Amino acid sequence: MVGENWDWEPNKKQVTDLEIIRKKYSRVDELIVSPNGEKIAAPVKVDGGFSAFYNEDVWPETSELLWNLRFTPEGRLYGLARIDDQWTVIVDGTPWKERFEYVWSPKIAANGKSLGLIYKREDAYGIVIDDKPWENGFLAIRDYCLSPDGKNSAATVQMEALAEADIEHFARGVWSVAVNGSAWDKKFINAWSPIFNSDGSKVAAEMRSTMYEYSIAVNGEVWPVNYGCVWAPLFRPGTDSVLTPARDAGKWILTENGSPVWDKKFNQLWHVVFSPDGKKIAAVASEEFGRWTIVVDGKPWKKSWSDFVDKPVFSSDGNRVAVIIKDKNRWTIAVDGQAWSQDFDMIWDPVFSADSQHIVAKAELNGKYCAVIDGKSSGFYDQLWEPLFSPDGKNVLLKFVENNVYCRQVIPLSQL
Amino acid sequence: MREDVERVADVGLDEPIKKLTPERIEKTVNHVLDNECAARLKVYLDTCVRCGLCAEACHTYLSRDKDPMFAPVSKVKNTIWELVKRKGKVDGEFIRNMAQIAFTECGACRRCSMYCPFGIDISYLIMTARRICALLDVVPQYLQDTTNSHAATSNQMWVQQDEWIDTLQWQEEDALLEIPTARIPLEKEGADIMYSVIAPEPKILAQLLGNIAIIMRVAGLDWTMPATDGWDNSNMAMYSGDFEIMGRVERLHWETAARLKVKKIVMGECGHAFRGAVYDGPRWLGWQFPPIQMVHAIEFYYDLISTGKIKIKQKIKEHVTVQDPCNTVRGRGLGDKLRYIIDATCEKFTDMAPNQEHNYCCAAGGGVINCGPPWKRSRMISNRIKAEQIERTGADIVITPCHNCHSGIEDIIGHYKLGKHVKFISEILMETMEIPDEMRGEGA
Repeated sequence: MVGENWDWEPNKKQVTDLEIIRKKYSRVDELIVSPNGEKIAAPVKVDGGFSAFYNEDVWPETSELLWNLRFTPEGRLYGLARIDDQWTVIVDGTPWKERFEYVWSPKIAANGKSLGLIYKREDAYGIVIDDKPWENGFLAIRDYCLSPDGKNSAATVQMEALAEADIEHFARGVWSVAVNGSAWDKKFINAWSPIFNSDGSKVAAEMRSTMYEYSIAVNGEVWPVNYGCVWAPLFRPGTDSVLTPARDAGKWILTENGSPVWDKKFNQLWHVVFSPDGKKIAAVASEEFGRWTIVVDGKPWKKSWSDFVDKPVFSSDGNRVAVIIKDKNRWTIAVDGQAWSQDFDMIWDPVFSADSQHIVAKAELNGKYCAVIDGKSSGFYDQLWEPLFSPDGKNVLLKFVENNVYCRQVIPLSQL
Repeated sequence: MREDVERVADVGLDEPIKKLTPERIEKTVNHVLDNECAARLKVYLDTCVRCGLCAEACHTYLSRDKDPMFAPVSKVKNTIWELVKRKGKVDGEFIRNMAQIAFTECGACRRCSMYCPFGIDISYLIMTARRICALLDVVPQYLQDTTNSHAATSNQMWVQQDEWIDTLQWQEEDALLEIPTARIPLEKEGADIMYSVIAPEPKILAQLLGNIAIIMRVAGLDWTMPATDGWDNSNMAMYSGDFEIMGRVERLHWETAARLKVKKIVMGECGHAFRGAVYDGPRWLGWQFPPIQMVHAIEFYYDLISTGKIKIKQKIKEHVTVQDPCNTVRGRGLGDKLRYIIDATCEKFTDMAPNQEHNYCCAAGGGVINCGPPWKRSRMISNRIKAEQIERTGADIVITPCHNCHSGIEDIIGHYKLGKHVKFISEILMETMEIPDEMRGEGA
């Protein structure tokens, strides 16, 4: 979520001297930076508990404990805090009204604003979005999702209590999916990976029909076909059509509403993603044991790698795909089937420029961090956060620590 | 005769067989034999010459006065051989009997393979029998419940997500009392190490999490633990025969490490979890090797001591022995590193005999202890030889770098009234490791 109104003028700002921060506070936890790079923050120990420093300031609210401090994509700073032995969320220094026995697993909706979490209160579990909790609680929640507009939430919920080792009851099905606190009528042995469609009107989830048969449920209705296993489903953008990888007769296929999408079968298939225009599909696949690649619209790349291939990333025009790969214990990025020649000790997700022409990624080498642009590393820092292209693709935003000072620098792409 | 073997009541075995039809059994058996077993099964079955040399390797056979019914060759004969010979035309009672053998009389410890002249992986044959039982829903109640926990919660003891995080935060607070700068860093992206454990640690042995916070601080390591599911490295689904849940659990574990951008996972003191995370799980998913380096606690502590990252201030004086876990010593060859740690931390050590890769299984591994209370008596009888082996060492403490070994040997010590204590390596390190004075005063 790159902002047009961010400062994209090529310059370097020394934002915060971290040596001063570390002298000021006896404990400084993990540093985080805002998406636009203008702020740096961390939970810090203060008199009477914990707070959050940001740049030279500190939140006035003191907590008994503060953790999971993060920035939202639009730049609000939030953290999970224990105050008077109850948990809540503090956003930009102001605690939510609601208090919980516990609150965790923050997620931001695709709108970049709505903040959801799982909570526990009076021995019941629910979802809270922007300080508004579900009215109904459940025995347990394991996974949840937010609709793209942040108005709805769906979670896998346990509907009936199980006595100790009551395997017969478990096999009858005690799990379901609840949307905004209301559970589907049907119960399943298990339900996993709920996901909303684009307009938030439908929810799909993996489910177990029997102990060894798996399928997909959409708004509580189960597909009429079972598989040996399935992975996380997803909606075709702008439609109610659901796709999922499914294990059929020992091989993995991509299926849409229960019908195969591609002719090809794989030894493994997961992390299915759509291009931004919804016209192309990419996924991680294994065609032969121990070899991993990317398949785009049913066609695997010619090259494969041994260790690991991460979730594919489409360019904004949908014509290119980049992905993190690991081969022989070295990490790098592969683009359209070709790996960068330089490899690293670790690498972060590839980010395309808006015109789809360039790729940048954060990487680690010998204990230092660098931005890698189109396969070429430049400049090493003590600490670096994931770099971004400006909306016009001409500049790169770097957020880094150098000589104990946090800096924000916009550099023309031509100078890197 | 097999009929003389005590039949233990277990609703996980007794109830499902009432619903089995001959057609379902035959179809399931042949599905597994034809579609899930490669040439490996046929080679093993064709190669075995029924010599019986495997018998002397088996703790169950030896502990039960060399009753031939408990020899590995008999266990295979009464399970897979018969299924193949009869092409799956067996009844529910056969399946029930097969389940008792496969789940409770064999711990898949692989000692017998070392005594087989052909190196046949008899454990694989027994695991195939378990797979068939699982697909027929015939699994011991408590083992199935553990698998259900994996399926529902991604950990083996129904630990809720808030319990997990809260326990880590509570243990960090405890560790702070020892070292004011000790931490359990949660969700630290880009740390060198993700530390993963099995569910008994947050559930009943939380102090082990506080211990690791102190050890990591003294060693000066960059580490993290996830605040999401994926923290539990154990996998009883591997042993119950539910490979789909096994794969799901392992995938989440590895993808959690990948999400956190760590260079390796260091896992706590558990043997079966190492097997699941390094071998069975990745291979079912399609990885030849784990996607990210996995370091077992034995290797980890060996590295910390041998490189001087932690120093030993004083060795413990009590007389110790050690249980070599099957999956990390016989399976991975970590026996010498284990003894290096003991030599560095203990004044008086007596090895068990036999030891290292020839050591007897604790009789708790392979899912056997997870079969629960109904089978405890049987498990104790099946490991008299372990009790005798421990007794002969004369040691006061049995070091067990594995949770199953730890629990199993505690049971044996109680049952056979051996009067000894059981400890993890991390507990030994907490007694012996030097914590610099300046570190104790840090942050004060």
